[in-house]
Amino acid sequence: MRWIWIDKFIEFTSRTSATTVKNVSLAEEHLHDLYPDFPIVPHSLIVEGFAQTAGILVGEARDFAEKVILAKISRATFHRLVRPGDTIQFRAKVDQLSEQGASTSGTVTCENDLVAEIEMMFSHIDQNMAGLEFPEHNFVFTEQFTELLKGYRAGGAVTI
Amino acid sequence: MALTRDEIYSKVQAVLVDALGVDEEDVTPAASLRKDLGAESIDFLDITFRLEKAFTTDPTKPFKIPRGDLFPEELDPAYVQEGKLTDAGIAEARRKLPHADHSKLAETRDPALIPDLFAVQDIVDYIERRLKA
Repeated sequence: MRWIWIDKFIEFTSRTSATTVKNVSLAEEHLHDLYPDFPIVPHSLIVEGFAQTAGILVGEARDFAEKVILAKISRATFHRLVRPGDTIQFRAKVDQLSEQGASTSGTVTCENDLVAEIEMMFSHIDQNMAGLEFPEHNFVFTEQFTELLKGYRAGGAVTI
Repeated sequence: MALTRDEIYSKVQAVLVDALGVDEEDVTPAASLRKDLGAESIDFLDITFRLEKAFTTDPTKPFKIPRGDLFPEELDPAYVQEGKLTDAGIAEARRKLPHADHSKLAETRDPALIPDLFAVQDIVDYIERRLKA
């Protein structure tokens, strides 16, 4: 299984905001692990989907030159469960962006229902962890993430 | 109208409560950000962002905190010899953090202790100085 928790971008404004969609299918194995008789998407994976949306937004702001890692979940408030058949929308915006990192916030919804409100911070690790050695290549933004954004920009997210 | 020191303190206190998830009564002027309030490295960036937001009154003139200005990231190598703070380094720490108890730092000369000395009132001092400038 690929560690990717968003299906496509439906909005992207550089350095400002992004919206992604994920369709939840009962075929996903993890749904059967938490409560076998009551499949739900774990809150941790909802946070991960938001982090992938916001993380790509933050990475794109510097042309994916920085290694962007999730450094802090400042707030995550949940209002309802997400179940198979639901379509999740992650809406993330950049609140502040600097050489060292970024703070982001946004919402998670299903249809028009509020699922969660999330605030999180990202760190540009090469700027903040001087003295520690990381691989030269950008191991954060693998092809599967950057392809998502390329697909959206090429119109591939909405056409076959 | 310029903010009073008490008003600045209240705003700083609110920022620290939000950023560190601590209770308001824990945020005292002498509380060390790291030792008493449990701040970790990423929290310093979070606090910086929140202070910038809290003290921006005119969006066309945002209050910006230059990197390393409030929370120094690296010590000037001139202040350290063989892993210990020099006399000049000790003097600089006293100048930049006048409210802190420097006795342990003076005794051990361990540069790693410096972040522990950074207290709430140092942020208030910094903001007050910046707003007056």
